[in-house]
Amino acid sequence: MVNRARGGRSCQTLARPLPDALQTVKCGLRAAVNAAFSMLCTLSPAWAEPPSRVVSMNLCTDQLAMMLAAPGQLVSVSHLATDPLVSSMVDQAAAYPKNRGGAEQIFLMKPDLVLAGSYGSLASVDLLRGLGVKVVQVPPIISLAEVPQQILLVGQALGREAEAQALADDFTTRLAALAHDGPKATAALYYPNGYTTGTGTLADDVLDHVGFHNIAGEAGLTGGGTLPLERLVMAAPQVVVTSTPYPGASRSEEILVHPALEVLRQSAGITTTSDADWVCGTPHILRALGEMKKAREALE
Amino acid sequence: MKSVFYALSMLVAGLFAASLLVGPAGLGLGESLRALVGKEAGPVALVMQEIRLPRAILGLMTGAALGLAGAAMQGYLRNPLAEPGLIGVSSSAALGAVLALQSGLAASFALALPLAALAGAGLSVLLILLMAGPRGGALALILAGIAISALAASVTSLVLNLSPNPFAAMEIVYWMMGSLADRSMTHVWLAAPFMALGMAMLLTLGRGLDALTLGEDAAQTMGVNLTLLRWMLIGGTAAAVGAGVAVAGAVGFVGLVVPHILRPLVGARPSRLLPASALGGAAMLLAADIATRLIAPDRDLKLGVLTAIVGAPFFLHLIWRMRRVEA
Repeated sequence: MVNRARGGRSCQTLARPLPDALQTVKCGLRAAVNAAFSMLCTLSPAWAEPPSRVVSMNLCTDQLAMMLAAPGQLVSVSHLATDPLVSSMVDQAAAYPKNRGGAEQIFLMKPDLVLAGSYGSLASVDLLRGLGVKVVQVPPIISLAEVPQQILLVGQALGREAEAQALADDFTTRLAALAHDGPKATAALYYPNGYTTGTGTLADDVLDHVGFHNIAGEAGLTGGGTLPLERLVMAAPQVVVTSTPYPGASRSEEILVHPALEVLRQSAGITTTSDADWVCGTPHILRALGEMKKAREALE
Repeated sequence: MKSVFYALSMLVAGLFAASLLVGPAGLGLGESLRALVGKEAGPVALVMQEIRLPRAILGLMTGAALGLAGAAMQGYLRNPLAEPGLIGVSSSAALGAVLALQSGLAASFALALPLAALAGAGLSVLLILLMAGPRGGALALILAGIAISALAASVTSLVLNLSPNPFAAMEIVYWMMGSLADRSMTHVWLAAPFMALGMAMLLTLGRGLDALTLGEDAAQTMGVNLTLLRWMLIGGTAAAVGAGVAVAGAVGFVGLVVPHILRPLVGARPSRLLPASALGGAAMLLAADIATRLIAPDRDLKLGVLTAIVGAPFFLHLIWRMRRVEA
């Protein structure tokens, strides 16, 4: 049920991960991602004519498309784009009709291009392709270095190469300015049910870029997995980044206010939470980087 | 007779200690014990005092509450099938807890969580006694129990499915099966007073239940106030089971298996079976909780899975025996 409700979020589920079941189908190996990239690039020489009715059905492509599309070119974004917990562009998204990623709903919008993720709503993507709609699937990324590629990929699909190039260049410059050199501090990402993400994830790269060493990697975690609270406490990271809780109550999220975790977080005096800016490989992730850089500097 | 209580107490003490010493952090024996009682701060002390201690305490108390409630209900209804999990008391308590959490009541008023669970449990015990009658006919008891369980479980699922929180729906299993993972001292303070009160109420029922084994008329002539007995049973079960479920979820079969094993050892007298079942229940739940940590440390295996693997065959065995008696 959650799977369907959040299906459009196939992009980075890393910063606000959903429970394990969904995580297992999440972003694949780096090799697979790279292969998908090169395949998409060879398959997509500049379109003969830019698409005029674009529908995006993935949270991350929603945001890139809203940044890059020409006026009137984008006709719909996914319903997740208006969820403040996962979307950085709630206000902009309010101007567009929403879709829930179903093939029927999207086909009736008469798109000439559909932007989708490469893991969510596969059945809908197949159905749309079968109906003759052009679908570009944008793979999730696992490092900051891939963000410019992601921007260019969506820009190319939209026929907005110049805008995409400008956005990508701007991103690269601002990213470089946020880099931290010098000794690393220790940090951990901690999510409901004791879920954490280790090496090979976008969130891990965010920590690394601003001068943090992710202790989940030490614990041998590649991608995501459960880190028992006991082991987190024993590893005693200087900073623990937790997620913003969803509305309503859940036992899964109670671990984020566990007294032992509170003590751990107070010892550094810094509380950090990941939010919508951590979810996608868009320029908004620079804000997440900025916040973490501040936290890193506060430790000095 | 004394030796049974002595052995049970030793078993519970051993399992309680094991519960404190087993965990993913892999701490040394001396180091953990020093950290448990010491005043100095540090990661080991944090693990022992804030993570393992509350888990062990809740395991001990929830198990004792379930064992005791099972023994008391079986004594009152004179039916070996009466058990909080099977007859819907636990699932009704879970419904109460879920309603308190999802309505936001528990967030604004912490005690709303145990109180709502208590109300749910109390209502279901009341309903069960009403349906099964004072003699507690097996068929009426089990049928009423199935109906109440099914209703409470489905409404719980509905509430969790409608929650705006995507994690809530995945926690249906937790509320049906129970788990002690990542509980904190906050939960202990929230539930322990109610559980202690409920257990104290149930433990006073020994003499009355002894008399009741001779039949209601005989009990009344012996000066047992049956109305008071019934209300103490309802109140005690509601408080002990309700508060336990509010923080640990519904763990089944403890109240069935434990009195059944211990009954022959204590001479089948309810007044002795009650405290013995409390100890036995604590031992069973602590053992199940240790097993979840040893079998699949990273998976949060649910307690009810283990207790059901042990308990369900027992239940079938009991039904088989009753069938032969009735035939």
